[in-house]
Amino acid sequence: MSIVQEPVREAVPQGPLKTPFYPRVVKLDTVNQWHEWKGYSSPDALYCADLEYFAIRNSTAVFDLSPMTKYRITGPDALDYLNRLVTRDMAKVKPGRVAYAVWCDDQGQVIDDGTIFHLREGEYRLCCQERHFAWLQAATIGFDVEVVHETDEIAGLAVQGPTSYSVLSTMGVKGLEDLKPFGLMHVDFQGVEMMISRTGFTADLGYELWIDPGKALDLWDALFAAGTDYKIRPIGTHALDLARIEAGYLAPYAEFLPSDETVRTGRSRSPLELGLEWLVDFKKPNFNGRRALAEEKRNGSTWQLVKLDIEGNKIAHSSYIFSNSKAKGGSIGFVTSATWSPVCKQNIALGTVKAPHGKPGDTVWVEIYYQREMHWNREMAKATVVDKPFWFPARRGATPPGPY
Amino acid sequence: MKTYDAIVVGAGHNGLTTAAFLAKAGLDVVCVEKNDYIGGATVSRNLYKDWWYSNCSYVCSLLRPEIYRSLELHKHGLQVTPYGGSLTFMQNGDYYGSYHDHEAAYREVARFSRKDADAFKNYSADTMRQCRLIRDFLLRTPPDPTSFKPRDLMELIRIGGKINEMGEDRIGETVRFWTMSVAEYLDEYFETDVIKTALSASGIIGTALGIHSPGTAYVLLHHYMGDVDGNVGSWGFARGGTGAVANAIAGAFQAEGGELRTEAGVDKFIVKNGKVAGVALDNGDEVHANVVVSAMDVKRTFLTCMDKSDLPEKFHNRVENFKIRGSSGKINIALDGLPTFPALPKDSPLYLADMHFTDSMERMERAYDDWKDGTWSKDPYIDMTMPTTNDPTMAPPGKHFMSCFVQYCPREINGREWTQEDKDGFQKSVFDQISNYSPDFKDLVLHAEVRTPQDIENEIGITEGNIFHGELTMDQLMFNRPVPGYAQYRSPIDGLYMCGSSNHPGGGIMGAPGANAAREILMDLKRPNTVPENFGDD
Repeated sequence: MSIVQEPVREAVPQGPLKTPFYPRVVKLDTVNQWHEWKGYSSPDALYCADLEYFAIRNSTAVFDLSPMTKYRITGPDALDYLNRLVTRDMAKVKPGRVAYAVWCDDQGQVIDDGTIFHLREGEYRLCCQERHFAWLQAATIGFDVEVVHETDEIAGLAVQGPTSYSVLSTMGVKGLEDLKPFGLMHVDFQGVEMMISRTGFTADLGYELWIDPGKALDLWDALFAAGTDYKIRPIGTHALDLARIEAGYLAPYAEFLPSDETVRTGRSRSPLELGLEWLVDFKKPNFNGRRALAEEKRNGSTWQLVKLDIEGNKIAHSSYIFSNSKAKGGSIGFVTSATWSPVCKQNIALGTVKAPHGKPGDTVWVEIYYQREMHWNREMAKATVVDKPFWFPARRGATPPGPY
Repeated sequence: MKTYDAIVVGAGHNGLTTAAFLAKAGLDVVCVEKNDYIGGATVSRNLYKDWWYSNCSYVCSLLRPEIYRSLELHKHGLQVTPYGGSLTFMQNGDYYGSYHDHEAAYREVARFSRKDADAFKNYSADTMRQCRLIRDFLLRTPPDPTSFKPRDLMELIRIGGKINEMGEDRIGETVRFWTMSVAEYLDEYFETDVIKTALSASGIIGTALGIHSPGTAYVLLHHYMGDVDGNVGSWGFARGGTGAVANAIAGAFQAEGGELRTEAGVDKFIVKNGKVAGVALDNGDEVHANVVVSAMDVKRTFLTCMDKSDLPEKFHNRVENFKIRGSSGKINIALDGLPTFPALPKDSPLYLADMHFTDSMERMERAYDDWKDGTWSKDPYIDMTMPTTNDPTMAPPGKHFMSCFVQYCPREINGREWTQEDKDGFQKSVFDQISNYSPDFKDLVLHAEVRTPQDIENEIGITEGNIFHGELTMDQLMFNRPVPGYAQYRSPIDGLYMCGSSNHPGGGIMGAPGANAAREILMDLKRPNTVPENFGDD
């Protein structure tokens, strides 16, 4: 056999790629702080993370979420397939609705969380942080279903904040007034179909827009033209992460690790341990991890995710958690995400503690190390376990939403 | 007739703060307010179509985060958003911008002087050292230096310790700082006139002194010691205007079962045998309680609402001599669109900044000369903000609200009351100055509200319209505020307390006087304390 001597393809690109919105985002960038997110360049901040954060809570923030991993799931068995895949009952998620979901391995340990969009009867999109094509493919055995990776085929923008409804209405979107939280609709944008979902990572009023990448720049321009008078601002990841902690939402690699990536035993988490029992439906037919989760429910979980309201103003980054102020008996867990909440003026954190600690209303102690002019200090701060999100304004659920 | 546990007189932010903490302790509290709206000078008013005016106080930084958190003000609608930067337009067509971004800020100063750019870090550290000292005192009651009570002695020792740990050299610096003028202080660091001018303004805002007057360096500190989310010295806007602060505190007060009564101005405190028994309202009604707390300034409290015969002679004289001179006015404007400033690049982040038009120390001091001559500054210092460049709730989309704080502006014009002609002249001096830098500004004006110290006194009730309820000079600070011997929120009348900004630690939307007063009252009533402690810095 003869070896082909001509190059048959170009080399795979090195380094992060540019999203469909990149030309517009980079134009508004003034601080040149970027990181890589699933193979794409994504901004940490574009002008000032503090001010960008307030766009989420005060006006409208725009975040480019095109790098989100996306799969299209279709076929006669799509529903049965999803019901086998995730822990919640997808039969209750009608066309035009979106469901937050987690999926587990056979040990009932979370592989990832994400949102499932029921686009049309029998047609779904799964949107998540991590890449799971191997797992999703393996799970198709026995189902007449097709799973297609479509991350690069859909550009996405999160449009979040109190004036987001006004911005989209001004841009000409019709019928938005009836769209409830976790609803989705298809609209025409300059001759192309755009999907709008009332979803987000901020616990505020907000939407996500999904469109063909070829129309991405036109969408950006139309959005910012409509948004000028509503103080629309682009934001980076730092601002978004702050808002998600206030919302009490989980982030992979912070509150949990994808179970299929952990090396050490006991470093993964079950949905029950992450406060997601409401997402586990034991009444539906078999699903991945059912047996293990049923057993965990009977015998009790090892860990418990907690939301902490911490006294004082020292941020509890990576702190150990104790059951008492003297640290007697060793630590009962640790903080996974922490921040000062600018909107609540509260010192907040998410953490994981050993059961039976961590019930709402419990008092725990957080060991905070903080630096002041080179010197380190230590403080044991009292913290209360709370069950509600730190920030969850009425406008998030208002239908129709108000002007701001 | 019903007897309340406590009456708070005046629903400004301090009165409401005291009321909220007392109610939180389980007291049956009524807060009476003379106007038909609450907030006092902490107010958003709907004075023109769909515009909401922060028509008195207009920015927020000093509000103690401990109070914010403790009263859960976010649940009552408060959101304080930081804003970016500061800007001074120059007569030569240039401008000096102070940017949120550190490196941009450095480069901008270096454009004028590399030496000044590098001096900034020393200036910041030295000023921050003073901030750190004073911040520690904010949510604490000043000790009485003449008292031998263990509590006063302990607090004096504590303060002594704080000062002592600074070291000999820095104690000397501190004493100088407390007494020197802001101009002298800035001269020690900077050479560029416009930079010194921009910084010097914090030394005279709300104060009837000039930048060369001794004591003004401390006033600068008063504007630096606040923070927004831990960024000391940063300023922000309350979403929906300044009234959102008072409304949120009132919400917390009412959630604790407190009662608000508007259009209930106090005519006199009812004093029987040296004890307070309640208040007599303007409408003739009486409200009874054994604890009455005045959020009014010290002059209005003791000279207007009380018979001289009920007060010790010396106390009365001290109150009469309390310095509370009117020195600033305000013009609040509804705009049909965003004014353009040709000197400023179109997409400059400084459109979100506070803007100023005084570019030399000479002009700054001359503005004060006019005040001494008994009239408003013909070339005033204006602190101009447009909160609607960030806040979508205060004006219709595309429209703007502009707040102009104007220094100097006297309580009386050459010893007589203001006339309409005077007010027009005052407005003209401000409008002319702005339109020198923004040719389309005047055409965009839809409505303007002119507020002289006289207007503020008449409407809000603050004597001479002094924004701090009394000047922030050393003779009127700490254990001398408002009057030596009465700096612990108590008065010569049993049961009558003071919680307004005439008390330590002074004015601005801080809430600290209100919180400190509540703590003292609860201590006297032997109730559990509901007032939070200082977060602390170490």
